[in-house]
Amino acid sequence: MSKLYTFLKYFFISFWTVFVVAPFLWAVSTSFKDFQSVNSKVTYIPWLDFEPTLEGWRVLIKSPAKGGVDIVEPYFNSIFVTCTASLISIVLGTLAAYALSRFTFKAGFVRNNDITFFFISQRIMPPIVLSIPFFIFLSTIGLLDSLLGLVVVYIVLLMPIAVWIMVDFFNRVPKELDETALIDGCNPYQAFYKVVLPNSIPGLIVAGMFCIIFGWIDFFFAFILTFTEVQLLPVKVVALNSSITPWWSLSASALVSVAPLIIVAFIVERYLSKGNLSGALK
Amino acid sequence: MNFKHKFVFLFPGLFVLIGILIFPIIFTIRLSLSGWNSYTPEMNFIGITNYIRLFTDDPRFWESFFRLSFLSVTTVILQYVIGFALAMMVWREIKFKRFFRVIFLVPMMTTPVIMTVIWRTFFHESLGPVNDLLGGLGVKPILWLSDPVIAKFTVIIVEVWQWTPFMFLLLLAGLLSLPKEPFLAAAIDGASPFRKFVYVTFPLMAPISIGAIIIRLIEASKIMDTVFVLTSGGPGTATETSSFYIYIKGLREFQMGYAATLSFTYLVIMIISLTIIAKVLTKLMIKE
Repeated sequence: MSKLYTFLKYFFISFWTVFVVAPFLWAVSTSFKDFQSVNSKVTYIPWLDFEPTLEGWRVLIKSPAKGGVDIVEPYFNSIFVTCTASLISIVLGTLAAYALSRFTFKAGFVRNNDITFFFISQRIMPPIVLSIPFFIFLSTIGLLDSLLGLVVVYIVLLMPIAVWIMVDFFNRVPKELDETALIDGCNPYQAFYKVVLPNSIPGLIVAGMFCIIFGWIDFFFAFILTFTEVQLLPVKVVALNSSITPWWSLSASALVSVAPLIIVAFIVERYLSKGNLSGALK
Repeated sequence: MNFKHKFVFLFPGLFVLIGILIFPIIFTIRLSLSGWNSYTPEMNFIGITNYIRLFTDDPRFWESFFRLSFLSVTTVILQYVIGFALAMMVWREIKFKRFFRVIFLVPMMTTPVIMTVIWRTFFHESLGPVNDLLGGLGVKPILWLSDPVIAKFTVIIVEVWQWTPFMFLLLLAGLLSLPKEPFLAAAIDGASPFRKFVYVTFPLMAPISIGAIIIRLIEASKIMDTVFVLTSGGPGTATETSSFYIYIKGLREFQMGYAATLSFTYLVIMIISLTIIAKVLTKLMIKE
């Protein structure tokens, strides 16, 4: 019984590992191919099945005029939009979360939980519902096809995540901590800034990681709200997916785009193993 | 004493969010009562004509909605079962525990559209490795993307690959935060692993499970990127979800007024159905 279970367990784990890794291996192999080795027959292993070439990687930094793809600028655009929107969301979201965790609010039938729910419920909003009015709104104020316009939209996507994680986290930071600080003569802002915040760094890191993940992986808003002036990474990569797809540069750019966040997987695992994440994620 | 300070903390975030959202929502409602399209791009008032059209003369929207429900419920159930299984397997000591945990987390860190582009080449019917390897085993080429039924499952496979890690993360974090005492008690009673799971682990995990399932359902109901790149809603309308249909009406055919009607109805249905699902799940799982 227990032997069978162990066997099944390892079988399933290996199966899933292969499933997870397969598209990456395929992309790595494809990125070194040329037209011939993609279109003649299916090939897998460089040197054995086909002669590898660096062309797929080289076009990534060439300018479009020379037949390149140039993903450098979209890369920095993506980093800028993701980081700015995450930062604003974290700051505003953390302040709001602190208020919701420590003070009682009453306005008509609205209580703390309702306000928290209002924040979090913004994740329910299907992107398409927002995209049409945003399209018209941003074109009216001239922010269509600009980085700033995207940052504004991404705040709506990310602040709910920050509030969700931080409310939960602050609820677990003992209230005595700020009370002691207040008795010691701090005003509420000092108590928050000097005492509560330094004790909430694990929560802030988790919230930050989630904001960055969900900002970085968004495609739809960038796709609808930008055209030529500003391009974000996912839009650029998907644009390669045309009728005659250059599979090699597509794979190379895909790998480059997903690489930075894979580091986040290591950080998350760290937190998980140290037991810090369970507090911040329930 | 806290009276004024608390507003200083809450209001910046609250008002930024409301400020960004209030315009789109009011605008959508107003737009849904207009006949804005590419011929008459203006905010006229045509009453509830659009709503009448939606409820009497647009089976394509309702089909796309049922398809969406099918896709999101199926993927979330699969993600929950697989995510729970994976979390249970790397919860306790196992060789290379941390390596497997990282591997299981990786897909959720990758951009769905970009990975979907890779999946598209992966499932390519003549040049992709899946059909090639299956061909080596003597299986006839499978029409992963151009068969109406199989295309749905291809979407499900990609979604499960992408988002099972999120479920896994939430459930593993939950498992790691469980108290030790119930497990000790079960061990003293000599409970089998199976009974331990049914009577101790699963009930303790119920609240976390509900939270994880609801979060995933919310996110899955927005499924759009994958469909957009993988099949563009095709073949025909076989994988068209509500979001994608609204996108076609609004931003391809520029029937903005009608698209706003669809959006608003869709949002209301989403909020109502997710609230009901949350209530039902809570009843079902907590009772057991």
